[in-house]
Amino acid sequence: MLNQKKMLVVSHPPFIHMGSTISKKTYNIFIVALIATLPGLYRYGAPAVGVVSLAVSSAIIWEYLMNMANKRPVSVGDGNAALIGLLFAMMLPATSPWWFVVVGTFVAVVIGKEIFGGMGANPFNPALIGMAILMVSWRNYFDFDAALANYTFETIKVYPMTAMKNVGPEAVSTINACDLLMGNLLKLQIGGIGATCGLFLIIGGIYLIIRNFIRWEISVSFLAGILITAYIFNCYDPAKYGSPVIHLLSGYTLLGAFFLATDDSSSPVYFIPMLIFGAGCGILTVLIRNVGMYADGVVLAILFMNLANPIIDKIRPKAIGKVD
Amino acid sequence: MIKKSIIGLIRPKVEYEMVGPTTPGAQAISAPMNVTLLVDIPLENRNALLIKAGEKVKEGQKLTVSKESDVYVISTVTGEITAINPFTGDRGKEYTAIDIKAGGDEIDDTFSAFKSKPALDNAINFLECVPGKPDLKRLNDPDRPIKKIVVAGMDPDLLVAAKQYAVRYSCIPIKKGIEILKKITGINDVVLAVPPSLERDAHTEMIDTVAVSTKYPSAIPRMIVKDVLGQEIQAGVKLEDMGICFISAESIAAMGDAYKDGKIPNRKLVTIINKDLTKTVVSAVIGTPVGNILAALDITTNDQDRIIAGGPMRGSAVYAGDYPIQPDTDAIMIQDKADIPNVSDSACINCGECIRTCPVNVPVNLLVRFLEAGEYEEAADDYDLYSCVECGLCSFVCTAEMPIFQFIRLAKHELVRIQEEEAEAEAAAEAAEAAEAEQLEAEENA
Ligand code: SF4
Ligand code: SF4
Repeated sequence: MLNQKKMLVVSHPPFIHMGSTISKKTYNIFIVALIATLPGLYRYGAPAVGVVSLAVSSAIIWEYLMNMANKRPVSVGDGNAALIGLLFAMMLPATSPWWFVVVGTFVAVVIGKEIFGGMGANPFNPALIGMAILMVSWRNYFDFDAALANYTFETIKVYPMTAMKNVGPEAVSTINACDLLMGNLLKLQIGGIGATCGLFLIIGGIYLIIRNFIRWEISVSFLAGILITAYIFNCYDPAKYGSPVIHLLSGYTLLGAFFLATDDSSSPVYFIPMLIFGAGCGILTVLIRNVGMYADGVVLAILFMNLANPIIDKIRPKAIGKVD
Repeated sequence: MIKKSIIGLIRPKVEYEMVGPTTPGAQAISAPMNVTLLVDIPLENRNALLIKAGEKVKEGQKLTVSKESDVYVISTVTGEITAINPFTGDRGKEYTAIDIKAGGDEIDDTFSAFKSKPALDNAINFLECVPGKPDLKRLNDPDRPIKKIVVAGMDPDLLVAAKQYAVRYSCIPIKKGIEILKKITGINDVVLAVPPSLERDAHTEMIDTVAVSTKYPSAIPRMIVKDVLGQEIQAGVKLEDMGICFISAESIAAMGDAYKDGKIPNRKLVTIINKDLTKTVVSAVIGTPVGNILAALDITTNDQDRIIAGGPMRGSAVYAGDYPIQPDTDAIMIQDKADIPNVSDSACINCGECIRTCPVNVPVNLLVRFLEAGEYEEAADDYDLYSCVECGLCSFVCTAEMPIFQFIRLAKHELVRIQEEEAEAEAAAEAAEAAEAEQLEAEENA
């Protein structure tokens, strides 16, 4: 008796799993982000396709090289590096030179993620780290108006963020929300490759929320933070500060609210902290746009809230039975 | 069991399945030719064994294996002992396994003397191995008195229905068992915890009940105490130390029957969960090899399938197909090798799923980082390891597919070991000190 007749696999409970996995999650976000980028690719054509492909592939290569260097299992299969590359490219102007993209993904993947220990250990959103470093180092490349001067566009010919900053809201008064949301495929705003088509970003974001891949708490509070803060500024001096709708639909706002602020590792996990985090991103974005020195505040706003995340996330319900 | 929705916003509902008025009765598995009984002590010295291979035993006979310990089993068949071996169970727990070959139908009548004469000492002496394995000794500890007994009429794990079956089909013995229990322990605060679907059955017999929600993990004892009894639970404090003792409804029914008939019940209700997650409840003689039951139900197992003692969330994988049914084996689950979930060595990605699912607010995303690093003391002091009620939901939902639940159990296990070692070292140091003092004294005297 009790002798082993068949090899029965021995392991530990629970013996069932809900079925969610890292790769399912990242691939879903990747595909949704890619679809949201399509109008941008269509509009800016080959250079944009080049930037996106280069960003995605170089991000994967950087991660692979880091895996090799650290003698760790190859993790590119989880799709996270590709996603970082894509999100990074979505923020870039289509005219970015190749070295700019490669340096950016290096900073994003290596400095933004790998040196902290890989996925889940990065305190900041890696794509934003890449962006921030580039923005500080080579500011001119982000002058979307100059960068994209060679394109002819039908309606919105200015990057709304810069226009608002330099000229004031009347510069963008001809832009209506519908155009920003993309009334037809050609009426896109000038901006990052993947940040121009508001409608696709919103639909994609809602899909990700419904499928539970990103947290609605962060996206909704982010957008609410933008609207409320912009509204207050706008009431205070409508001649100087743009309307909340322009703030909501232009620049990186939607990209930030659905794809950047929702990065798991650098955002909170508890309900109230998520709301604070999202709202903080939104408020800071408008503050930077309206009173700071950068045209678009999304990148720095989210990075700043990433920094605050560990502290915010301490606001958590007490474990039941905890003895203090 | 799991109601999934395509809309991820609505969390998958993990619910217990209910035994109701239309559930068919348990299928009786015929008595086996061979049984294996596990005695709850390691087999250390073969020569000092009180029983030997070749000895005849009778059904209902009490078997002890060592002079030093009063741990016993009750033979569930009449026949001859064929072997006595060491046996390692879940998490390295060691037992002495007694194999008995059945033959004959005589019944040991020692217990019949106590028919209709229930007392705590004869219950402790003969009824500790009835189905459900009640911890009767614990009721008899004047230093740490029990004030309340909760009769568990609902299994803590998913898909397991042994206790619900006992309530559905044995309300009369349960009523009798509760009366006896009250009488022999003097504890009058006894309630039966049942799912709402079984309350009517219990009320027909005028048994006091409390209703337990059907949402997993509300039938875990600590959750019942917190949510149903409304008492505060404290991390690291055992329910028994709060004066609350849980006893399976099946045990209570068995006690009721034992004193009514003067015979110790030997059949256990076992939920057999098949590969497609359908379940059958059977009644089998304690000690029956799992293989016999599977054969009777026409369930085949292949290489690398998994046999689990217990349910899908909290059970333990067993090492051999001949694993014997124990007095506390409420379920056996067979899992096809294709259904065995992947366990990855990815790190936590901080998605927060575990946080949203943990019923007692353990900060799992932080805890797991310390557990992985083996920093158990920090985990216990700062990250609420001891608040965990061991429901397994965090592992079930983990996006990174980490074996979090295993980490948690391992950590608790290790901490117990560390504490024991420390206590031992302290005792040794004290002893050494005492010896030194004695020596000094002796020298002074001389
Ligand atoms: S097993 Fe996980 S989910 Fe369940 S109580 Fe413990 S920490 Fe929370
Ligand atoms: S579910 Fe898993 S990956 Fe997600 S936060 Fe919890 S432990 Fe980390």
